[in-house]
Amino acid sequence: MPGFDFSNYNRNAALHARGVPLPKATSTGTTIVGCIYDNGVVIAADTRATSGPIVADKNCEKLHYIAPKIWCAGAGTAADTEFTTALISSNVELHSLSTGRDPRVITCMTMLKQHLFRYQGHIGAYLVVAGVDPTGIGLYTVHAHGSTDKLPYVTMGSGSLAAMSVFESMWQPDLDKDGAVKLCAEAIKAGIFNDLGSGSNVDVCIIEKDKPTQLLRNYEKPNERGQKERNYRFPRGTTAWLNQKVISKEDMKKYVTIETLSGDSNLAEKMDVDS
Amino acid sequence: MTSITGHPAGGEGIGYSFSQPTAAPVKQHGFYPYTDNGGSTLGITGSDFAILAGDTRSTSGYNINSRMVPKVFKIGGDDETGEGAQIVLSVVGFAADGNALKERLDAVVKMYKYQHGKPMSVSACAQRLSTILYGKRFFPYYVHAILAGLDEEGKGALYSYDPVGSYEREQCRAAGAAASLIMPFLDNQVNFKNQYIPGSGEGHALEAKKAEPLPQTHVEQLVRDAFTSAVERHIEVGDNLQMMIITREGIKEVFHPLKKD
Amino acid sequence: MGSPFDINGGACVAMVGKDCVAIACDLRLGMQALTISNNFPKIFNYAPSTYLGLTGLATDVNTVSDLFRYKVNMYRLREERHIAPQTLANLVSSSLYEKRFGPFFVSPVIAGINQTTGKPFICGFDSIGCIDFAKDFIVSGTASEQLFGTCEGLWEPDLSPEDLFETISQALLAAVDRDALSGWGAHVYIIEKDKVTQRLLKGRED
Repeated sequence: MPGFDFSNYNRNAALHARGVPLPKATSTGTTIVGCIYDNGVVIAADTRATSGPIVADKNCEKLHYIAPKIWCAGAGTAADTEFTTALISSNVELHSLSTGRDPRVITCMTMLKQHLFRYQGHIGAYLVVAGVDPTGIGLYTVHAHGSTDKLPYVTMGSGSLAAMSVFESMWQPDLDKDGAVKLCAEAIKAGIFNDLGSGSNVDVCIIEKDKPTQLLRNYEKPNERGQKERNYRFPRGTTAWLNQKVISKEDMKKYVTIETLSGDSNLAEKMDVDS
Repeated sequence: MTSITGHPAGGEGIGYSFSQPTAAPVKQHGFYPYTDNGGSTLGITGSDFAILAGDTRSTSGYNINSRMVPKVFKIGGDDETGEGAQIVLSVVGFAADGNALKERLDAVVKMYKYQHGKPMSVSACAQRLSTILYGKRFFPYYVHAILAGLDEEGKGALYSYDPVGSYEREQCRAAGAAASLIMPFLDNQVNFKNQYIPGSGEGHALEAKKAEPLPQTHVEQLVRDAFTSAVERHIEVGDNLQMMIITREGIKEVFHPLKKD
Repeated sequence: MGSPFDINGGACVAMVGKDCVAIACDLRLGMQALTISNNFPKIFNYAPSTYLGLTGLATDVNTVSDLFRYKVNMYRLREERHIAPQTLANLVSSSLYEKRFGPFFVSPVIAGINQTTGKPFICGFDSIGCIDFAKDFIVSGTASEQLFGTCEGLWEPDLSPEDLFETISQALLAAVDRDALSGWGAHVYIIEKDKVTQRLLKGRED
């Protein structure tokens, strides 16, 4: 379990009590989805990270590794999804080493919900957990407060309604792999274009029975920036500077003196003797 | 009394760990007359033209209301299309107030023409807009307005306003959600702020690069690049770019597509 | 009272060029609108080509820079080698997330060149350690919105060290001049494989 350090807590709580607002963390106002098909499961995400109305990262990774055949899509507070999935990934690996069995999706989901429930929603991680294990195909959602759902198709994040509208109108029970991938990408694109918190590219992860997992990073790039119309390179010498200091490798050597010790072979032995 | 359960014992009854239900709190009703519809506008002037531009996205929260709501309007035209207008107004902030303000100013400029038999000058229109805004000092139009046209000498004129009518004539101005992203870029590329002439001296003795009016194509490119940059980093800016180019020949309106995510 | 991030003011930016990186910061230290000092650099050096920029609450800038001085020294003693920028990034991230429920009010930026691969590296963080890996530029501080605008407009790929200096300097100066809480001169570091050039920029004093 993470050793959280509360040493600044009282200071910050005192500041907060005097009207200081809480810091705004990078949040993945996100669209994430998942969908099962005949032989496996697909999860997908957009790649925009925001801080208020500003785009902090145009191409971040929201699909997290848990185990070779279990992956997680994360929405909510970016740092929380990153560290919570890393922690559970670590514990799932230890668990599978100690039991000598492949990890199960339901085990992973249970570990996530118990961890998140313990922190009463203060860890703002909203996750879609997906994978295949010896018991079959698994697809779950986990909310920050610890509640979970098990469904054939799921969406989460600020673009969840846009994405769900695609699932509700186009999903069918007998999807194949290509159909599931296309449907998930379509759902993410609905989020990208209709939800301001989501944007940029589509990432997809396909987890299939008896096949290695495929992470398709930037599976679709529907939002590439075009060429700028002007060239903004400045003539050298445009900026006024007052002084400079150059630190080169050659300069560093000036401060190092190399001395060769005389070849007294007993010296080392003498020092080692514990008398 | 000694207790081993950890709960307070005695005649108060069971010590619940949760708070007792109390009377329902008094319901407070509120009316919030303003909303923020996002978007951004930008105006730059040259020696014989002025350009006013704005994106066409209208937002509320994380939702897009419409991808095609113009923020730049022709003022004082002869008909519905704005034909014959010589002044352009852009409004960004609360769209309903923006529309109301545009309608008011349009009516005023038309009335002026009927009453005086000549079109209103930009400087007069600028002063009148300030008066209109200040007239609602204690229930303001929640907008940042920019007014553009050509002055009596035929030079590009640009006036920018705060919501209560304080105004100033400027060379260039950005307003709205992405104003803080666009404005420093304009300072650097239009007024050449912080740029010096290479080789003209050392340190403090360097000669600053003088700002001079830019050619029209150059300014059009700057406006488009400023908006494509703003679209990359601000979620409320996008969909389409509307540009009004005011010259002696009249007003040309052009649209360019922007990213839609 | 305002946000702790906006009390002292300050700005920092990092950019990638061709086989080089640059990191720059302003020099202001203030208390709300009152300027206290015009010589408060926010960039700290942790290895020959690894630099860390810290903006936010000045007391935390000092605490965090000293904390990493200690942690990096311990790393050097244990490992008998310099810390790589990627390693420092993970150290910063986990150290900030440790304080998830009582964070330091800082927004760090890392710029450096990995001495084993020779590749440029930059990244940024929020106050609880979420890493933002970017291929172009990273901004932080009270002028971050302005910096996003100038960098997005002025930056282009594969700039040489000399051109990168002009671009990062112009981006920073233009941005801080539109922020009341940043400015008063700037430090710029141009980091190449085996050379670092530090320059003091002339800026507005208001």
